[in-house]
Amino acid sequence: MSVDRSDIEQVAELARLRIEDNSVDELVSKITSILGMIDQMQATNTDDIEPLANPLEASQRLRADVVSEADQREALQANAPATEAGLFLVPKVID
Amino acid sequence: MSWETVIGLEVHVQLATQSKIFSGASTQFGAEPNTQACAIDLAMPGTLPVFNEAALRMAVMFGLAVDAEIGMESVFDRKNYFYPDLPKGYQISQMDYPIVGRGSVEIALADRTTKTIGITRAHLEEDAGKSLHEDFHGFSGIDLNRAGTPLLEIVSEPEIRSAEEAVAYLKYLHALVRYLDISDGDMSQGSMRCDVNISLRQTGASEFGTRTEIKNVNSFRFVEKAIEVEVERQRDILEDGGIIVQETRLYDADKNETRPMRSKEVANDYRYFPEPDLLPIRIDEAYLTAIRDQLPELPKEKLQRFIEQYALGDYDARLLAAERETAAYFEQVVADCGDAKASANWVIGELSARLNREDLEIANSRVSAAQLARLLQRLADQTLSSKTAKTLFDVLWENGGQDVELVDQLIDEHGFKQVSDSGAIEAMVDTVIADNPQQVENYRSAPPEKRKKMLGFFVGQVMKASQGKANPGQVNQLLNEKL
Repeated sequence: MSVDRSDIEQVAELARLRIEDNSVDELVSKITSILGMIDQMQATNTDDIEPLANPLEASQRLRADVVSEADQREALQANAPATEAGLFLVPKVID
Repeated sequence: MSWETVIGLEVHVQLATQSKIFSGASTQFGAEPNTQACAIDLAMPGTLPVFNEAALRMAVMFGLAVDAEIGMESVFDRKNYFYPDLPKGYQISQMDYPIVGRGSVEIALADRTTKTIGITRAHLEEDAGKSLHEDFHGFSGIDLNRAGTPLLEIVSEPEIRSAEEAVAYLKYLHALVRYLDISDGDMSQGSMRCDVNISLRQTGASEFGTRTEIKNVNSFRFVEKAIEVEVERQRDILEDGGIIVQETRLYDADKNETRPMRSKEVANDYRYFPEPDLLPIRIDEAYLTAIRDQLPELPKEKLQRFIEQYALGDYDARLLAAERETAAYFEQVVADCGDAKASANWVIGELSARLNREDLEIANSRVSAAQLARLLQRLADQTLSSKTAKTLFDVLWENGGQDVELVDQLIDEHGFKQVSDSGAIEAMVDTVIADNPQQVENYRSAPPEKRKKMLGFFVGQVMKASQGKANPGQVNQLLNEKL
């Protein structure tokens, strides 16, 4: 499996990464080589093997449904660039 | 050309836990902004999610209630996208191994038929925060109190064929989560939200057409209207030979139209992968049995019991069992007055009509169950006639007091008591006979088979003289004797 320039540009866009034009070709070749390694892994026969969501042979511990966190807004907003009326302010977004 | 509508619903239900799905912050609605958003909800570096046992239990309760396969091993995944009200840059959700698998519900339709709607799956995920786009000097405000509230996303099969079916399905889910007490289902507060997938295909076609998704419709009525206008829009395009663009749309209630959402997202490419911060959730049969044992009586079970215990018809029983509160009200009326049929008729008829007219929930009824029961007792013991009973119901409603003794008090105050004193009725009968000599003569000379009809005139006159309060049975009997 290989990728081309447009794949790289799309993934960068989805990840909100700015990539300089002149570095795209290099990324194409590096990622293609990583995918080559994955192709090799894909070739392994896994017919009788259950998918593994987590390498640890353990189950999730559960937490009792109890409110344990008090309001710490002041502390948590202390390092926010901008707040107003208890809200975090961010550059305007409209969907 | 005739078209078939194909609808699938994605319903998000906020689960009524005390704390969030992955943190110990409170989920209470209406708090000051960001006072219920802790370090985990804010995605501070170094924090880790810990899964809330109540969210798991509630999801399993729902699954059992819709006869679904339960995921004995379910897995959380990351759904990646960027939006300021999602601090981590991903939403923890479930993709390949949801907690609830295939199930189904049976909905009732206006033509008194029922239909089974398949549920594809239901999975657990976390809610996002809220973006406020009022102008903060060119900024948007972010409130993360809602971030991390547990959601159960319930996905239906594309088996819904009309707006009516969609609303019936949605109302069923709404009633069910309230029965189970796993959510308040309040659509106006966002506790229950609905995305509608719609496509059309020519009647008889086996392939689905291209669908559009209408996001975040927030009332039963808007779901109905949004579907109607979207179906019409798609039909117009298809009949003009056009093609439907697969896209996300919004319903604008003011203009009663749907329109495409402006979105900068390239395409919905969420790059799901297993959440490395959470281990798989494993449950066993003992856990399922314990939850099954604690389930309350479900709507379909209650329906069956109402039919058997109270000898109600399927349709009436279905109306009464649909909502937990309605069922409880009905059962209290029966318990207090002893007449199931009369209780059912009044709850379905007079009471429901009044609640609908004033857009009230039965919990806010201005006539209590105990009062309605007393009213029905007074009807049964002939203190009230069917006419004065209805008037009394209106008077009780206007009064609004919930005291059961108010019923008898108002009967006295308004003189609703049916006159069963034979002396008083006899006097009125005599007066009517004396005042209408011509009719009396006609009656007496008429053949017996015609008399029955003619008697109605005299009954009417006596009832009028008594202002509707004379006992009609006694009036009939006395007139028969005297004429």
